[in-house]
Amino acid sequence: MAGSSARRIWALMYRHLTLYRRSWPRLLDLMYWPVLQMVVWGFVTSYLAFGAPGGGRPALAGQTATIAAGVLLGGVLLWEVTLRSQMGFAISFLEEVWSRNLGHLFVSPLRPWELVAGLAVMSLLRTVAGVGPAMGLAFLLYGFEVWSLGPVVVLFFAALMAMGWAVALAVTALILRHGAGAEALAWGVMFGIAPFAAVFYPVAVLPGWLQPVALAIPAAHVFEGMRAALIDGRIAWDHLAWAVVLDGVWMAVAAWIFLAQFHAARVRGALLNIGE
Amino acid sequence: METPALLVEGLTKTYTPGAKPAVEGLTFTLPMGETWALLGGNGAGKSTTIAMLLGLLVPSAGRVVALGHDMATDRFAALARMNFSSPYIALPHRLTVEENLRVYAHLYGVRDTERRIAELVAEFALGEFARRPAGQLSAGQKTRVALAKALINRPALLLLDEPTASLDPDTGDWVRSTLERYRAEEGAAILLASHNMGEVERLCSNVLMLKGGHVVDAGSPAALLAKYGRDDLEEVFLDIARGRARAEAA
Repeated sequence: MAGSSARRIWALMYRHLTLYRRSWPRLLDLMYWPVLQMVVWGFVTSYLAFGAPGGGRPALAGQTATIAAGVLLGGVLLWEVTLRSQMGFAISFLEEVWSRNLGHLFVSPLRPWELVAGLAVMSLLRTVAGVGPAMGLAFLLYGFEVWSLGPVVVLFFAALMAMGWAVALAVTALILRHGAGAEALAWGVMFGIAPFAAVFYPVAVLPGWLQPVALAIPAAHVFEGMRAALIDGRIAWDHLAWAVVLDGVWMAVAAWIFLAQFHAARVRGALLNIGE
Repeated sequence: METPALLVEGLTKTYTPGAKPAVEGLTFTLPMGETWALLGGNGAGKSTTIAMLLGLLVPSAGRVVALGHDMATDRFAALARMNFSSPYIALPHRLTVEENLRVYAHLYGVRDTERRIAELVAEFALGEFARRPAGQLSAGQKTRVALAKALINRPALLLLDEPTASLDPDTGDWVRSTLERYRAEEGAAILLASHNMGEVERLCSNVLMLKGGHVVDAGSPAALLAKYGRDDLEEVFLDIARGRARAEAA
């Protein structure tokens, strides 16, 4: 059974990887936005930290400038992990909707959890392919090395990816419910969460009534942890623990929504014509 | 006694509570090794029935047991030994024919994948376009690829929705021969929905005539022809679809 599951998950991966093997524009598209974000924010950071050449003093100085650069560039890179993992998952699902292939998938022995696992692995690969070059660029152009945060950065990545998958699973459920009409959410939902996820500023900056909302978002705890590592040089285990717990809650809720909508789609007969 | 390919009891589907059921009280047993047809006009309930048999649609009442597995509780065990083809559900159009077959070979756990793909490519004469993206194929070629996909796991139960739609008469005849041979060699059961009455007369040992979600008549093509006093199944179909009296009762 385990072997069969692995093979069915591989079938989904092979289906998507084949597309990338043959299409360089698709590969380029994976890297394009993360790299562009890094370039833009890198120059903003460079300007704040070092000023314009021949044009006066930098806005920040010394250690403050270094920390600000780390907070901004770290924020950009880590947020891209969340964004790309969510989009990588949801868009891989949308590929099946666009190609009107869901009917064939759902009459095969592919279990719903295997579909989710396949999409999650594709999301991981897409995120690595997308964010990896941006990380390299951050180091080459601006001397920012995200790994300088220490091994804890792996936990940051994992927590952010899990949040991306949870959001993507909920988006996928909405696509099952509303069809391709819910497609816009796959592209835009994370941008709506970003202001409350404390990517570039501490949760304390938000109005008091908004802070509980922010603290219910796993990413907010990761970014608090990132700032603790950069500014204080310590690992904020409490924030990491909260991020992991909240990820678990988000995943459980998203899985429940997905399974409920999958069942509802089977009751309505929507699985055959979901691309319409 | 051999386990039937399909055991369908009181199968009913109502999409909206209080509305007229799309399918009501459908009961039949499809034995292994036979080809049966679901016939009926548009809205008769054929697609709804096939979707319920495949587990794509949850029935409002009744049950489906496919290859000995209850589709409500154990559908994945049955689905591994079933397959389905419809011209209305596409295969990923950017993948080549071979790649599509490989994906489904993995999904169905086919052993010796490459050999099975080569067999199907030869059997369905797909070689000329096996490395072409599925989206670039003609309608007839797509239908052949979809049928090859439907046979990738050598299913014991094959459900087909208009298997020869979009095919020229020669290719259609060739596909029908292939299906007949497959059923005979593998002892498989085939249930097809078709509007091609000649195809049904040639392939099917039994026909379920659907109208308004009910089986209004059933029997072998020869028995139905005799019962309605007609020369071909198309006239029988029209008699039933238009509510004309049976010849025997007239």
